[in-house]
Amino acid sequence: MNTELKTRPAAAAADAGLLLQVRGLTTELTGGGPAPVRVCDALEFDLRRGETLALLGESGCGKSMTALSLMRLLPLGGRIIAGSVQLDGVELLELSERAMRRVRGGRMAMIFQEPQTSLNPVLTIGEQIAEAVRLHGRPPPSPRNRADADWVATRVLELLRAVGIPDPDRRAQEYPHQLSGGMKQRVMIAMALAGDPQVLIADEPTTALDVTIQAQVLQLLRSLQQSTGMAVLLITHDLGVVAETADRLAVMYAGQIVEQAACREFFAAPAHPYSRSLMESLPSAQKRDAGLAVIPGRVPPLDQPFIGCRFAERCDRAMDACHDNLPGWYPVAAAGLPADPQSAPALDPLMRPAARRVRCLLWADGPAATVAAPAPAIGAPSAPATNDGADPLLKVRALQVHFPIQRGLFKRTVGHVKAVDGLDLTLYPGRTLALVGESGCGKTTVGKGLLRLERPTGGAVHYRGLDLARLRPGALRRQRKDLQIIFQDPFASMNPRMLVGDIVGEGLLALGIEPDRIARRRRVAALLEQVGIGAAAMERYPHEFSGGQRQRICIARALAVEPRVIVCDEPTSALDVSVQAQILNLLKQLQQDLGLSYLFITHDISVVAYLAHEVAVMYLGRIVEQGTTDEVLDDPRHPYTRALLSAVPVVDPDQRRGIIRLAGDMPSPANPPAGCHFHPRCPEAGPECAIGYPPPVTTSATRQVRCIRVTPGPT
Amino acid sequence: MPVVLLTDAFVFLLIAVAIGFALYARRHEHLSAPWRSVGRSPVGVGALVVITFYVAVGLLDTLHFHPRLEAVPAVPADAEAAFIGSQAVREATPDRLPESSPEAEPDAVWPAPATGPAPRYSAQVLSLLDVLLNPLRERQEKTFSAPFATRSFVREPIEQPDGSVVRDFPRLIHGGAHLADPAKRGWDILWRTLLGLVKGLLLWALLAAALVWLLARRRGQPPRNLARAIAHGETELPWRVALLTLALMLMLMMVAADLSAKYYILGTDKVGEDVFYQALKSIRTGLVIGTLTTLVMLPAAVILGIMAGYFRGLTDDIIQYLYTTLNSIPGVLLIAAAILMLQVHMTNHADQFASLVHRADLRLFFLCIILGVTSWTGLCRLLRGEALKLREADYVLAATALGVRHSTVIARHILPNVLHIVMITLVLDFSGLVLAEAVLSYVNIGVDPTMNSWGNMINSARLELARDPVVWWSLAAAFGFMFTLVLAANLFADVVRDAFDPRLRALR
Repeated sequence: MNTELKTRPAAAAADAGLLLQVRGLTTELTGGGPAPVRVCDALEFDLRRGETLALLGESGCGKSMTALSLMRLLPLGGRIIAGSVQLDGVELLELSERAMRRVRGGRMAMIFQEPQTSLNPVLTIGEQIAEAVRLHGRPPPSPRNRADADWVATRVLELLRAVGIPDPDRRAQEYPHQLSGGMKQRVMIAMALAGDPQVLIADEPTTALDVTIQAQVLQLLRSLQQSTGMAVLLITHDLGVVAETADRLAVMYAGQIVEQAACREFFAAPAHPYSRSLMESLPSAQKRDAGLAVIPGRVPPLDQPFIGCRFAERCDRAMDACHDNLPGWYPVAAAGLPADPQSAPALDPLMRPAARRVRCLLWADGPAATVAAPAPAIGAPSAPATNDGADPLLKVRALQVHFPIQRGLFKRTVGHVKAVDGLDLTLYPGRTLALVGESGCGKTTVGKGLLRLERPTGGAVHYRGLDLARLRPGALRRQRKDLQIIFQDPFASMNPRMLVGDIVGEGLLALGIEPDRIARRRRVAALLEQVGIGAAAMERYPHEFSGGQRQRICIARALAVEPRVIVCDEPTSALDVSVQAQILNLLKQLQQDLGLSYLFITHDISVVAYLAHEVAVMYLGRIVEQGTTDEVLDDPRHPYTRALLSAVPVVDPDQRRGIIRLAGDMPSPANPPAGCHFHPRCPEAGPECAIGYPPPVTTSATRQVRCIRVTPGPT
Repeated sequence: MPVVLLTDAFVFLLIAVAIGFALYARRHEHLSAPWRSVGRSPVGVGALVVITFYVAVGLLDTLHFHPRLEAVPAVPADAEAAFIGSQAVREATPDRLPESSPEAEPDAVWPAPATGPAPRYSAQVLSLLDVLLNPLRERQEKTFSAPFATRSFVREPIEQPDGSVVRDFPRLIHGGAHLADPAKRGWDILWRTLLGLVKGLLLWALLAAALVWLLARRRGQPPRNLARAIAHGETELPWRVALLTLALMLMLMMVAADLSAKYYILGTDKVGEDVFYQALKSIRTGLVIGTLTTLVMLPAAVILGIMAGYFRGLTDDIIQYLYTTLNSIPGVLLIAAAILMLQVHMTNHADQFASLVHRADLRLFFLCIILGVTSWTGLCRLLRGEALKLREADYVLAATALGVRHSTVIARHILPNVLHIVMITLVLDFSGLVLAEAVLSYVNIGVDPTMNSWGNMINSARLELARDPVVWWSLAAAFGFMFTLVLAANLFADVVRDAFDPRLRALR
């Protein structure tokens, strides 16, 4: 019967064929605290053939636990205590472990966030896929001739081809470390496809990848779905990815699904206040002149029984009733139309999975008037948009940071990784320069090179008449005060063994700014108040704080020495959207109050649009295009910038551009291509591009592009 | 008069360091939390009680002094001194010494201070443990005797009352001498065992009551409730396990004390010394080697390891070269060479050492140093790797960006973050070192042959294994004592590692 189901043509899915039906799924994790943590609470959703359902939520909402519960792969101490999961009529929760093993990978497959750690480094790609094929693939009925006996190898190549890996014969013989991140994710997908699954669970499949690669992988998932008709459960925190990929979505908050809707309806008008807050906290160019909406507080701990709405504490529309009434699962009618309870009175409402539903008391009595409360404008008008007359604060000229590659017994230098190779930047006082690029392009090294955390190999960093790149250590220490850095990972950037008060006060002590202990503590307290943590934090350890709070402490540490320039190295990329909004607001406020200049290193275009005044786009150690934010984002001229911007998932369907697909991956900085570094991947490249690195072309007073195809002057 | 031997001084230093570290850890959550979790583990607490007994014996054996000579023979000397003066006292004393203390070495005596009739001291170095075990220390047989034996292990010609000579096993001078009829030995042993058990239980009850009372007072809780909680194992710290282990150890101790007063419970060795006494005396040697060695190697391993990882470049190359080279020399060779050199030195400068005890002690100390020299490389390598990783940590980069000096970065950011590795290594190395001593003494490059140690016991017992019937008790005693200590230390080390290893820790 199984085979019959599997071979049923995908087109048959059109009859609203229910594939996966989840009812009242409740999972608890024990261990750690005294009470079990209820990570999934009475989840209900349906997945139909050929459909993509997105599970959206911030970290700690139980998205991944939901996926693991469906696969029955819970970690130690996890237990499904109630509910049913029916895959095509088969109750998965009642299957024996033996039968379940056949379902996993066979009818239901999963891909994970980290392709790096999901592949075994000592086996070739081919062997690993072959293993999946042997376990879950369907051998030909009777292996009579040799070709049939080789069905595994044939199938492996077929799968590799299906996921778009060029030259599959050769790639099958390679080891995981020889592949790039995007390639590895493709291999993971190929392994998942080995058993022709009906359901593919993708747990943050592109979070670890760059936008251009993300676009490739999402495109691949879409086309595979079209050709095989499998259903995809996409777990993500990225609203943009949801908007571009999913048909329907379910928003999770604190272990519950709080809203379920079709994507189009959802993005037009989110019904739950949480969903709306999430949308509003997304940074974008339109919100430049105001602060971003923030969701105060954090996700409540899940080891308690709830008597009211879980979001009530953080909700700006909370009523008295919200705190002590559990919200029901209310239907939401299309905007303006009253909900029609008569339309299907006999049917269990859950049998209409497409119905839009929300778990909020606002909808208890039919459609709420409106959920869209006025966005709380946290007054943070942007700094003046021009830099007329101001002298540059920091001028970087032809900066080079090369890392020697050493080989052999005597550590001979056989080459250099040219992480940064001739980079020019100019930073004006009180302004933000965003440095944009994909991972591996050297943007973090630029930040470290400026601060001499890595020693520049060449070039100059002019600051107040000094060349920071050549200063002697003693003289450099005196300049340390003015340049500070904020790191990406708020968990790694503070010494876990030190009190927060000592961490923030470290610079004051080390640079001799405030040697007196009492005065120093007073200043630290003031700084912690300034970043919104409160002076009481001084006596606590970093691990007691959440990611966003830690990032605030890191900002306080940088601010302590009263710097003029702060290098922000992806300060928000490890944070959830709502927390990111808080940090961006804080950074903007500080810039306004203190006149700071930021070098903002990021790969997130929406943050750039919101925060930056100027943008520099980096590719393989060099700047390919720079100009004001509006110029570059609205009218990208360099082919790479254009491809990069087109790959960014956008929530608003009207703003979507056609994705320019880039072939392949970024080349190694140890061996950059001759001529224009981008030409091997460039859709517009000609033979002349390989001859020499293009000189800068000035298209306006503020913009330079390094591409020979770009003509000077405005378009 | 107290005497501080070289190793004593270092043991005191070690205790001071341990107390200082404990005070430091109390104020630092990241250090005290793992120790608290060690305290919550039943295995850890049980092992700790056993180790405490060993450490107590070791410490008693570390407090050395010169015993004061009896005043009786000194009276005429004082009278003479009144006439002849202090010069005569010095000449006169050596002659009288053997009478007063037959064991003292005749060649050296500490003269009393020249002025007046001050007390005088023997040249002999004793420890508090020796005083406690005085009966065990002083009684001696001619040669081997089995545990609980009343007769010697070897036949001797015995002169009968009628003048004839028979070859037979003679009665021991001390072992079971109180028995009129050696055949009734079983009942006597049983009776004494029971007596010891009762004494042990009484002592335990006293201690336990005092403990419960103290705890109850600190918590402001009626002692009855607390006692019930402990009995049911409901307290946060596993007091029940601790008290049970304590009961076991106390009963063992009292039974051994009662029996050893009249018998050789572990027999005697070739020269008729009590093996039980030897085994007890060996505890200090084992502990000193296990702990002092780490004290010696710690500074080198920590400083060099962190420097190599943090500074990289030339510093790293030199330090790596150093420990790779050192590591490729066989450790035994290095130890043998060092010990031989020391021995030559001691023979050539015999006058520098006041007594055999001082010589043996210096050799023990040297053994610790040379063991430290050969064993720091492992920890150093671990710390280098960790420092390599930590120097790239964001908080170290942030500190550099804030202009913090290298020395401060190392002291404040690197060192506290590698302390758990140091802690785990120390505890794990301890048992290895105790065992290493036994092996080294076995090949005669360990501690001085005159010093009591498990290695020496094994070494001297190995030839007797060929005898028929086998003389097994020296070996068994050394094995039993060493096994208990090493097992307890290993169990404790496991608990410590689990508590400190960040990968195994649930709480960050």
